[in-house]
Amino acid sequence: MKTWLKIVAVVLVVYVHVAGLLLGVPRLNILNETIRNLYFHVPMWFGMTALYSISLYHSVRYLRNPTLDRDHKASAFATTGIVFGFLGLGTGMLWAKFAWGAFWTGDPKLNGAAITTLVYLAYFVLRGSVDNQEQRSRLSAVYNIFAYAAMIPLIFILPRLSSSLHPGSGGNPGFNTYDLDSQMRLVFYPAVIGWFLVGYWISTLRIRILALEEKMAELDYAKHS
Amino acid sequence: MLLSLIRKEFTLELRRRSVVSGIGLYLFAIIFICYLTFSLRRGSINEATWSALFWLAILFSVINSVAKSFIGEKRGLSIYYYTVASAQDVILSKIIYNTLLCLVLSVVGFILFSLFISNPVQDTPLFLLTLLLTSIGFSASLSLISAIAAKANNSNVLMAVLSFPVLIAVLLMAIRATKNIVDGLERSTSYDELTNLLAINCILTALAYILFPYIWRS
Repeated sequence: MKTWLKIVAVVLVVYVHVAGLLLGVPRLNILNETIRNLYFHVPMWFGMTALYSISLYHSVRYLRNPTLDRDHKASAFATTGIVFGFLGLGTGMLWAKFAWGAFWTGDPKLNGAAITTLVYLAYFVLRGSVDNQEQRSRLSAVYNIFAYAAMIPLIFILPRLSSSLHPGSGGNPGFNTYDLDSQMRLVFYPAVIGWFLVGYWISTLRIRILALEEKMAELDYAKHS
Repeated sequence: MLLSLIRKEFTLELRRRSVVSGIGLYLFAIIFICYLTFSLRRGSINEATWSALFWLAILFSVINSVAKSFIGEKRGLSIYYYTVASAQDVILSKIIYNTLLCLVLSVVGFILFSLFISNPVQDTPLFLLTLLLTSIGFSASLSLISAIAAKANNSNVLMAVLSFPVLIAVLLMAIRATKNIVDGLERSTSYDELTNLLAINCILTALAYILFPYIWRS
């Protein structure tokens, strides 16, 4: 990752924290000041989807031409993606407690998010239970593609078909036509980009750690044989 | 090749009758436990409970029966298939065979449920169509996952862990359609769910078809 992108990421996230907490927001009943959670909750899901998609891209590339590097990338982006997923669930549950009155509601989007997290937890269980490295890479790549395709109808299509407390489904307007006013856009779009860049950065660090571990294992092997 | 593979599955299944009867007994045991529990208090089973029990019974027996499609196979056998058939033929034959197996299981389950517990279904043809569509979805995803799990350690645990999240989409649609049918709503209200189910089936089958050769090669 280029150094200037890292600087952009840090600047954007710091800006989101300062501006997100200080700039004015529309006064709305029930939501009140919790509307500021939009800058933290929604970018998590955008970031998670983007990171999972990058992981999927690397899994497809792995199947076309298997190299260890691509498997590391697929696994690292999935790891960061699941962290974003947990953060999204956490921020969402806090927000739900204040806006809807309970930490967990039977909302279709919540169920979709929980199932998506289960899918990727299963992905890591699968990675953990195969010993042969090449076998592990291939099986997890296949499962990654299969699970991603099963996840899309869950989080993008099904919630839109049924009524939901979230904006953008079941007759609720999407948040573009909602009152995401121009001042909030000034913070929201940088937040989406900033959080995604931070996630990407963490993933690249993880990829480097995996590559170094691999090298250490090789050196160890060479020393002992 | 495809036809002879399917025929082989049937011959094998009929030859090992203990496996089929084992799964049948498993399904019967689940339903009988439900019956015993709910017969203690008459009329305590409403439509929602019926649908939950029905889909739980079907889900567990289907996972158990389809799991063995690759997990039980000996190592040498897959090498033999590799030399005589293409991967696509193998997965398609498994999917078709497992679809029939799931369909038989669901229909038998339905009959047992109406015999022992009750039959709140108001539109039987539509319900059978739902059963057929879910059977296709179950068999497409479970066949692939069984192939994945067979290559890993502790495959039986892995089978349940890996299949649950993938099956949820199919199950959700099936449960919604069941609710409409049980409530006696118009047929047209369930068309949305059924077309969604069909679309999900297409995605799952196509993916299983594309991805299986990669698992098989090892």
